[in-house]
Formats: sequence, structure tokens, C-alpha cells
Amino acid sequence: MDTKTLTYILKRIVMAVFTLWAVITITFFVMHAVPGGPFTREKAISAEAQAALNAKYGLDKPLFEQYTTYLGDAIHGNFGPSIKQRGRMVTDVIADGMKTSAKIGIIALIIATFFGIVFGAIAALRRNTIFDRAIMVMTTAFVSMPSFIMGSLLLILFAIKLGWLPANGAAKHGLILPIITLSLYPMSYITRLTRSSMLDVLGQDYIRTAKAKGVSERNVIVHHALKNSLIPVITYFGPELAYIVTGSLVVEQIFAVPGIGRYFVNSITGRDYTLIMGTTIVLAALIVIMNLVSDIMYKIVDPRINLE
Amino acid sequence: MANNPLSMQVNMDDFLPATDEEKEYMVQMRPSSTFFRDGCRRLFKNKVAFVSMIVIILITLSSIFIPMFWPYSYKTQLGVQPGHPVDPSFNNLAPMEYSTTEQAAMERGESVFPHFFGTDDHGRDYFIRIVYGTRISLAVGFFASIIVLVVGMTLGSIAGFMGGRVDMVIMRIVDVIYSLPDMLMVILLASVMRETLGSALEGTVLQAIGSNIISLFIIFALLYWCSMARLIRGQILSLREQEYVLAAEATGAKAGWIIKTHLIPNCISVIIISTALQIPSAIFTESFLSFLGLGVNAPMPSLGSLASEALNGITSYSYRLVIPALVISLIVLSLNLFGDGLRDAFDPKLNQ
Repeated sequence: MDTKTLTYILKRIVMAVFTLWAVITITFFVMHAVPGGPFTREKAISAEAQAALNAKYGLDKPLFEQYTTYLGDAIHGNFGPSIKQRGRMVTDVIADGMKTSAKIGIIALIIATFFGIVFGAIAALRRNTIFDRAIMVMTTAFVSMPSFIMGSLLLILFAIKLGWLPANGAAKHGLILPIITLSLYPMSYITRLTRSSMLDVLGQDYIRTAKAKGVSERNVIVHHALKNSLIPVITYFGPELAYIVTGSLVVEQIFAVPGIGRYFVNSITGRDYTLIMGTTIVLAALIVIMNLVSDIMYKIVDPRINLE
Repeated sequence: MANNPLSMQVNMDDFLPATDEEKEYMVQMRPSSTFFRDGCRRLFKNKVAFVSMIVIILITLSSIFIPMFWPYSYKTQLGVQPGHPVDPSFNNLAPMEYSTTEQAAMERGESVFPHFFGTDDHGRDYFIRIVYGTRISLAVGFFASIIVLVVGMTLGSIAGFMGGRVDMVIMRIVDVIYSLPDMLMVILLASVMRETLGSALEGTVLQAIGSNIISLFIIFALLYWCSMARLIRGQILSLREQEYVLAAEATGAKAGWIIKTHLIPNCISVIIISTALQIPSAIFTESFLSFLGLGVNAPMPSLGSLASEALNGITSYSYRLVIPALVISLIVLSLNLFGDGLRDAFDPKLNQ
């Protein structure tokens, strides 16, 4: 790796850290803009109780001191106690929800990437045939369907009308439908991405050279065409994860999956501010780190890419 | 007489006046057309884009005009009438079904307007709620895109024209907002703003629109102007350096002329296309937020909130979810296809 690449990676890391700091700061100050603080919606509580609560959660200190304390704690992964779920720390709630959410998310990510690449490659290699047309029509339909619609329609079709799979995410095989819902959009996107970059690569001179050398069709496709056409797919990993994270918010709601997305949505309706802040920061960190990794990978995989 | 091929002697026949037959070849095949007409022709030739355009126009017109003459309103609970006990037979009607009161009226020979999609659990006509929800979703998408356009164009052109330190500051802000996870920020802002805005808007004209829609617009103005600003700044920077601008300057064209004939026509199509493509993404965001309960204020429906409400009765009334779902998908799909068509037709750089 040359110094130029190293400076680029360093610059990206600094940018990612700065973004995370911005997220924490914005989250903190936006949450404090709520009039009256987090306890105003509770049933009528006495002034002393209010003061005691404020003292307990450190809300009586000056704003800047609260901010520095929160920033320091957040860096150590401590987001304080949940306001609405008595006696539970936000970190524990998040860790609890992450178990299920991470499982769904990672499986959806793998399925979307694998089938996206396979379908995209098939569509490109069988260009203008019925396969290609069918794949393109399907993917066009899937990318214009919001995740909650996709989820609801799958729920109606497979859980209610056909009764093949359970509608409840906590049941046995209950995670199959949420995983399919989450993977359809990124899969369609990757299919289209792979198809267009594969078509681009297939027209390159080195493919013709390889064929002229007598390299077998299979080898040309796997080693020359596919490998090079996957470069744009790498850049999509960041947005793909962002989609799966935000998609899981609604998908977990629809299928009643006990995951982090559901806690997050419930914490919004329940005005559990520390939980909203903690979840936003954790999910944002996940997305920012994934974006960083996919950018760096992109640079390492394709040295032709000009950095500036 | 055979000419020597190397002879320099001029063949006088080449200089005879053209005959009528020869003039035929020189006739213009079609009149020269303007850029706009050329683009429209290409757009109409694109079948997919043309059909999408028709679909969008039909949906828009019907969402504007149907509520004007429809006998039911989106918020009237048909079972609740002043001076009468609440009539629960109006609630949860299946499509084309009539309540007991209406059946009695029909037996008396009165004509009753049918409920095409039935009614919801509050006894509101579902068809008109879908139509009204479509209107709200389209309006939110349209105005959000206009807001994005205005903010992005202002900041982008300031950055492009001023250059230097102003440009750097604006572009660094763009970089930071760009790398923020947008959906999470949108949810965060929406959940806080519905608390803070509600009281601030009370008594003003904006209250009628509802605090949630206003906060949605503010969010779009805050977060989504980045790509528009980047695009416009890039356009301005690159157009100023073009050879034809230099050529126009060299031939003595005034600044006004250059802006009018070179900069605006070259910029406008790109701006219109990205604004058009912003509309479906705004509708997407609005329906997403409505689904999480952060969208329009009740009883106003939007397609997202209708779908979200329908989730509660999904086992018995699944059509109530399928209908708004299909309408959203149709709108987003046709807007996307139309936007792509616009880009193919009006982006001159793609035609080369």
C-alpha cells in the first residue's frame, strides 16, 4: 500500500469519527430541545419528586456539563438507564434486541448479496432473453416498494392467506418472513448493479483477449468478468446495511420480532429519551463504520480509482 | 471526352444552377426544433415513460377532483350523526356493502351512494380516505421536493459563485450531513419536532396543515438539500469553464446573454430531472414516517398512515392494507420510471 492510499484511509477514519461525534452531539441537543424534559408526560408528580428524578438522571446540572458527561459515557458504551423500562440500562436493552436483529440483518445481508450477484450475472449473460426481462421486471417492482409494504404484503400472502409461515416473529420459523422482506430490496438493487457493471465488463478488450487465448467460457466469466464487475457492489455494502437497519425498524414492528428496531419504535411512541438516544447512536455507529469499511475496501480492490 | 484524373482543369458542369430535381434533395426533412420540443419528442417516444406520465396525471387529477363531488368526506364518521344514537352498522363495512340504515333507505326507494372500498373501523368511507391520502402523499412529495430545490439551489449557487472560503464551509457541511445516517436522523427529528412544534404553531395558519407535515418539510429542508446543492455547484463550476462560454465571451457576448442562452438551458434540465426524482423519495420517506406513527396528524389520512392503521385488522380486512400499498407502489414506480424517461430525454450529455 502506498502512502496515498494510507492518507486516504486515515482521512476517511477521521471523517467517520467526526461524523459519529456529530451524531452524538445532534442527538443530545435535539433531545434536550423537547420542552420540559422527559418527565413532563408522566402522571402529575410533585415538585419534590420531579426534582429528585432530575437529580437522579443528572438533569439538574448545566447543559454543557450534561453533554460532556453523556459524550464520555457514550464513548464507553454507557447510555444510562432507560427512563421507561425501570431498572434496565439502555445498553442492556440494546444488547438484548441486537441478538435477534443482528441474526436477521446478517442473514438478510448474505442472502441479498449472494442472490443479487447470481441473478445480476445471469441477467447480464442471458441479455435480452426471457430470464433477463423477468429479472428486470421483478427488481424494478421491488425497488419501488417501501419495506413496510413489502412486509405487509408478504405477511398477508404467506401468513394469512396461505398459512405457510407464522406471522409472529417470536414463533418457530418466524424469522423467515422478516428476513425475506429485508433482503428483497437490496437483492434487487445488487442485481441491477451487477447486471449493468457485468455488461460493461463483458464489452472490455481483456474479455475478448481472454476468449481469444482459448480460456474456457466458465473461466472467463468467473475469473475475468465476475471478479471485475463486483467492484461497484462493494460500494453498496454501506447503503445496504443502512437500508437493512432502517428497514428492520418497520419490519420488526410488522412481524412482532423482539429486536432493536421494535424497541426503538416503541421508545419513540413511549418517549423513552435515553433509549432513543442510545439506539440512534449505536445504529448510526454501525452504518458509519460499514460505510468506512466499504469505502476502504473499494479503494484497495480497485487501485485504478482516483481518490480526488 | 475522358478527363485525365490528374488534370487540374475544372469541370464546368459542377457549377451549373441546380435543377428542381436536385433541389428536392436539399429540402429540410423536418423543421429545426428547439431543445425543449426535441426533448418532448424523445419523451413521448419512450413508451414506458409516456405510460407512467399518463398514470401520474390520472392519479393526480383524480386525487384533486374526486373529493370535490364525492358525497362522503374523509373525516365524517357516517354512523355518528347529531341527534341520533351512534349507528355501529356503519363500521367495518366490506366493499360495496351497505349499513342497515342505508338498506332501509334503499328499500324506501332512495338512492344511496355505494362504498366502493367499504368503511373503516370508525365508519368512514374508505374510498375517499384513499383518494384523500393519495392527495396528501402527492402534495407532501411535491412540496418537499420544491423545498429541497429552493434550499439546495440557493446554497449550491452561493457556493459555486462565491468560491473560496464560503464554498469550502458549505461543502464541508454538505459532507457531514451526507455521511449522517439520514433515516435515523429523520426519525429523531420527527419524534422531537412533533412535541415542540405543536404548541408553537397554535393559532397560526400553519396549524391547519398539521405540525407533523411542517416538521417533515423542515426535515427535508435541513437534510436533503445536500445532493441538490452539490449538483448545482458542480454544474455552475463546470459550465463556467466550458469552451462555448469562452467562445461566446470571445465573440463579445454580454453576461446576460451567456446566462440566458448557455448557462440556464444547460443547467435547467439537470435540475428538473433531479427534482422530479426527489418526489418519489419524499413520498417514500413520508409513508415510512407515517407508518411509524410520525407522519400526518389524525384524522388526516396519508397512504402510509392508512397502511399503518390497516395493520391492526390485517387478518379480517387485509384489502385495507393492500389498496394503499398498491397505490403507493404505483405512484413511486411511475414517478421513478417517468423521472428516468425525463433524464433520457432531456439530459443532452447522455445523448452523445
